[in-house]
Amino acid sequence: MAVDQEKLLQFLLRQGDNTLILGHRVSEWCGHSPILEEDIALANTALDLIGQTQMWLGYAADVQGEGKSADDLAFLRDAWDFRNVLLTELPNGDFGRTLLRQFLFDAFQSVLMGRLMKSSDETVAAIAAKASKEVAYHVERSADTVVGLGDGTEESHARMQEALNYLWPYVGEFFASDDVDAAMAEAGIAPDPASLREEYDALVGKVLADATLTIPASKYAHKGGRTGYMHTEHLGHLLTSMQWLQRAYPGCEW
Amino acid sequence: MYAQLIKTARSGITSREDMSEQEREFQDKIDNDIKIEPRDWMPDDYRATLIRQMGQHAHSEVVGQLPEGNWITRAPTLERKAILLAKVQDEAGHGLYLYSAAETLGETRDELVRLLHEGRMKYSSIFNYPTLNWADIGAVGWLVDGAAIVNQVALQRTSYGPYSRAMIRICKEESFHARQGYHAMMKMAFGSPAQKKMAQDALNRLWFPAMMMFGPHDSDSTHSEQSMAWKIKVKSNDELRQQFVDQTIPQIEYLGLDLPDEGIKWNEERGHYDFSDPDWDEFMDVIRGNGPCNVDRLNDRVAAWDNGQWVRDGLMAHARKKAAAKVAAE
Ligand SMILES: [Fe+2]
Ligand SMILES: [Fe+2]
Ligand SMILES: [Fe+2]
Repeated sequence: MAVDQEKLLQFLLRQGDNTLILGHRVSEWCGHSPILEEDIALANTALDLIGQTQMWLGYAADVQGEGKSADDLAFLRDAWDFRNVLLTELPNGDFGRTLLRQFLFDAFQSVLMGRLMKSSDETVAAIAAKASKEVAYHVERSADTVVGLGDGTEESHARMQEALNYLWPYVGEFFASDDVDAAMAEAGIAPDPASLREEYDALVGKVLADATLTIPASKYAHKGGRTGYMHTEHLGHLLTSMQWLQRAYPGCEW
Repeated sequence: MYAQLIKTARSGITSREDMSEQEREFQDKIDNDIKIEPRDWMPDDYRATLIRQMGQHAHSEVVGQLPEGNWITRAPTLERKAILLAKVQDEAGHGLYLYSAAETLGETRDELVRLLHEGRMKYSSIFNYPTLNWADIGAVGWLVDGAAIVNQVALQRTSYGPYSRAMIRICKEESFHARQGYHAMMKMAFGSPAQKKMAQDALNRLWFPAMMMFGPHDSDSTHSEQSMAWKIKVKSNDELRQQFVDQTIPQIEYLGLDLPDEGIKWNEERGHYDFSDPDWDEFMDVIRGNGPCNVDRLNDRVAAWDNGQWVRDGLMAHARKKAAAKVAAE
């Protein structure tokens, strides 16, 4: 049974928009991080995420079948058409919040990519196989930093706890399944995200415990990014910079 | 280039008769193109001059992230964004590599960074100019990395081993940056009228600042002689500048852009292009801290360092806890 192409497109946009928007956020650090090694590492992370975006959105554009490119999808859609989880579009905050956001995302990607490598869709499996090597490195690095800062000084601990309190309500959206996910699961393209929660909680719980951080008790989860129903106010500003040249000078080659 | 107006830590040049036995041996090595290595004896002034030059070079790589980073979030395509990210990552890597090379002379990175932040060390004047339109990113790769290469290819023959090896490694990446920059310029110059206008604007603004990267005229550059004898400096400012002009003019013509200087003219007799002097008063203003971006650039770097204090402290504290726990467990 052929999978509904519109649903496959939505699934691919969710992948590509996550890496695009987070890659953009991370790239905002350029030249401003606490130490030179981190400037290098953050640029490298952003570069990997943009590279993954090219693959996801490239495939999305193929599936869409309107003759568009990955660049068209990245630079010419408006906010309501973006399918990234809200977590990725949140402002960087301080270095601790940026790295904690990165860890919460990397941990999800590390669980998801492992499953997507076995996707019934060959292109999805190939992209996941390539991305998973990068993701394995990212999650190791961001986890180390979260532990180091959480279990560092009194100040670094306090800042990390504050960052966790801010970010945690955005984690639940990773696992909010809908009919797109159901169709992907049925076709063997991707797992139902709800089924990844246990593995995610185990991984994240261990690292946050090592970091001496306390996961907030509230189970409340913000949502609206992966469906596009309601993004944060931050996304529009991000797109304003990101898309400016393409909007101001349409139809050019760069 | 990335190192300009480096004050040699000794005024005038020491004659052979005035040298100690040790210094004569040292000079013989240099004259015979034998590299000086970290454990070798070297005159204090040689060491001090090298630290200044390598430190300034390292600072330039690091501060150079800022004008290019200014466009990362506005890069017009995913590929351009990826290319720019990779370039900026390389530049930060060059900084790291050069700080390490400077450390072989006994100067720590922290100390060099402190001197930069206190305004007691400089970085290349070029990074005190703004990047105002997207073509600036192409122009920086083409002209700024291009000018840096002219200097650094010469420096591959420099007398201090670690510096020479750093230059060999860094030059490979800089050549790649320059080619990518020129490629981006081609897209702009051969693109829409608006894109061509951006390309011309970038060239016009960055041309003279790029010429200034080589430093003042040889006749005004008082500290060169001893540095040349030590092969810390290998070619003169004017020689390098001429080489840069000669290689760049045909590239401008290929792009179909107007020459950025009315004084540019082929001189049959010399076999070189003639060109106008940059405004040396402007250059001195920039060196003294009054360039268009000096204050903002330094503030950015100092703020990055200060805002990162808690991060560095936190990670250090954690490393100490881990080490203590390991000792306790043994
Ligand atoms: Fe460099
Ligand atoms: Fe450079
Ligand atoms: Fe470069």
